[in-house]
Amino acid sequence: MRFVLRRLGFFLLTLWAALTLNFALPRLMPGNPAVAMIAKFKGGVSPQALHTLEVQFGVNTRHSVISQYFSYLKDVATGNFGTSLSEYPASVGHIIMQAIFWTLGLVGLTTVLAFIFGTLIGIVGAWRRGGVLDSVMPPVFVITSVVPYFWLGLVLILIFGVKLHWLPYINSYSYTDTPGFTLSFIWDVIQHAILPAFTLLITTIGTWILTMRNTMITTLADDYVRMARAKGLSSRRIMFDYAARNAILPNLTGFAMSLGFVLGGAILVEYVFNYQGVGFWLLAAVNNDDYPLMQALFLLITVAVLVAILLSDIATAILDPRTRDAG
Amino acid sequence: MQPASPSGRQQKSAPPLVRTQEDAPRQRTGTVLDVRDLSVEYVTEGGSVLAVDQVNFSLDSGEFVAVVGESGCGKSTMLFAVAQLLAPPARVTSGSVMFRGRNLVGLTDKSLIAIRWKDLSVVMQSAMNALNPVKSIGAQFKDAMRAHGVRSNAEIGDRSAEVLKMVGIDPVHLKSYPHQLSGGMRQRSMIAMALLFTPELVIMDEPTSALDVVAQRSLMVQIKELQEQFGFAVIFVTHDMSLVSHFSDRLMVMYAGQVAEVGATRQLFDSPRHPYTEGLMEAFPSIRGPKVPLTGIGGSPPNLAKRVGGCWFAPRCAKVLDRCATERPPLYQVEGTQVRCFRHDGNVA
Ligand SMILES: Nc1ncnc2c1ncn2[C@@H]1O[C@H](COP(=O)(O)OP(=O)(O)OP(=O)(O)O)[C@@H](O)[C@H]1O
Ligand SMILES: [Mg+2]
Repeated sequence: MRFVLRRLGFFLLTLWAALTLNFALPRLMPGNPAVAMIAKFKGGVSPQALHTLEVQFGVNTRHSVISQYFSYLKDVATGNFGTSLSEYPASVGHIIMQAIFWTLGLVGLTTVLAFIFGTLIGIVGAWRRGGVLDSVMPPVFVITSVVPYFWLGLVLILIFGVKLHWLPYINSYSYTDTPGFTLSFIWDVIQHAILPAFTLLITTIGTWILTMRNTMITTLADDYVRMARAKGLSSRRIMFDYAARNAILPNLTGFAMSLGFVLGGAILVEYVFNYQGVGFWLLAAVNNDDYPLMQALFLLITVAVLVAILLSDIATAILDPRTRDAG
Repeated sequence: MQPASPSGRQQKSAPPLVRTQEDAPRQRTGTVLDVRDLSVEYVTEGGSVLAVDQVNFSLDSGEFVAVVGESGCGKSTMLFAVAQLLAPPARVTSGSVMFRGRNLVGLTDKSLIAIRWKDLSVVMQSAMNALNPVKSIGAQFKDAMRAHGVRSNAEIGDRSAEVLKMVGIDPVHLKSYPHQLSGGMRQRSMIAMALLFTPELVIMDEPTSALDVVAQRSLMVQIKELQEQFGFAVIFVTHDMSLVSHFSDRLMVMYAGQVAEVGATRQLFDSPRHPYTEGLMEAFPSIRGPKVPLTGIGGSPPNLAKRVGGCWFAPRCAKVLDRCATERPPLYQVEGTQVRCFRHDGNVA
């Protein structure tokens, strides 16, 4: 319990630091950053937008830094990130909410699936060391894990989209469809997700298979596994309860990191498939100098990484009694 | 009353899954274990290592056999071969392990499950690593009992607490994790776990070596008491010759994967026949006997991967004969002991 509380404290501290940095950076910039940015739009931005930006960056305002800071914290807490410049007048909060939905659905789900399946394959492969699974899987997945995923994405688009017309490959759903909880819309979303999800799955699963297989092989040589055999436990119980349960511990942190980077990590896949998630918008924001959006997205990605690390700490505490006692 | 023969045991209807103190000590007689020509090889990239070479011995019910020998002479490997716990790169290349008349060599893990822990349990060399670090002691006891069909949680809890008390540990530690126990407590809880079903044979690989001398003694006394109370046979690997002299019925001296000498402990101590046994006896100080300078054995054990020449002990032997350099000595039967040395060739019965 103390361990989790300490981790929670650490989480809050780093979260606060990230928020403060995000607040301080534009204020430390020389001159009037708002005007400098607006200048790039060559007058294509309304005075209202300029004002929003100035308020956000804390220039041309009579409020003290302290009161700006607290209203900034309040804005963040209520999801009020200002107005997007490139999608004016859509609010940044609105864009982000939509982007999070699509990214969590596509990248989040495939990351979790890749970890689960990769780990399972690694466990069984190590258990039947030298068997068919173990001889075929590692070389195959060494290759797939070094294939750049945007390249694989383009190849899949070419084959299954352009040539065969089997699957859609642009956007997260058909423009002709009305979003809603209808069967046809959900089916449409799934169809759109197949190619990008497959691309991500194939290119990330190999790492999980190989790391799990290696830690599992080390663990299988441990005395407590031999002891479990001596006790006459079933193979299933030895494999999962004694070996895998221990072997997975060092991989949890890696999994947490990749979960943390879900929100920012799949930029190229989202770009290649025109999938309107966080990565897609981040790229768009950078290309269009949409600073409010960019800032909010960076903050989002930071927070996601912090949350993921916190979750992995909690998971480790649940799974490993030694960390619980370490305090 | 427990039937003595293995066939009798099988005929008995619904044997109690958990043997409680009431039906102990069990009346057991006959040969529990008969190991014939057992050889084990480690197949590595640099060639194969013959770690156990044609080992023969047998064990009667309730007998306490100590195994001694230098580090690396194949004691642990031999024990794992007996318990069918070897994993690649180790493999049994020849021989048989008859446990109550049944050859364990070649049986699958599945068919061994019935024998494991209920009839034959193991206490491993490193209690530090032999307990699963992420499971509480109680959970690990429970796994063993459930694997052998004990379903009632009350029964599991009672028996777990009982065996833990037998080795002098407070049953509250069933909730403890291995890292929360001291080295001695871990070792004791391993022994407690090995006694969950009061098996016929308990194999112990240096169960006391991680402890200080005082704790070693008290644990040893406790093991001996439990053994006399429940009548299980013990194979006990140790480096401590004074423990051997006090607690074992028979002694097996191993050298380079082979049996150098095996016989009644008293007899081996009084009149060691193999020069290596003699060396071992001289290498440890006698507590009560007269003061003699410790001589020990010069040189180091042979590399098991490169076996050449005749008797493997010859290069270090003080009493080497001409033929020792070229011929390999068989085991000679000499007055109840078996000894692998040409100096006893004339005594062949
Ligand atoms: N995994 C392995 N691969 C190759 N050789 C091995 C392996 N394990 C053990 N050996 C060899 O087998 C021989 C016997 O090892 P074993 O562990 O049985 O010795 P031991 O008598 O139990 O020693 P100790 O008293 O130190 O526990 C050693 O010479 C060792 O080099
Ligand atoms: Mg050993």
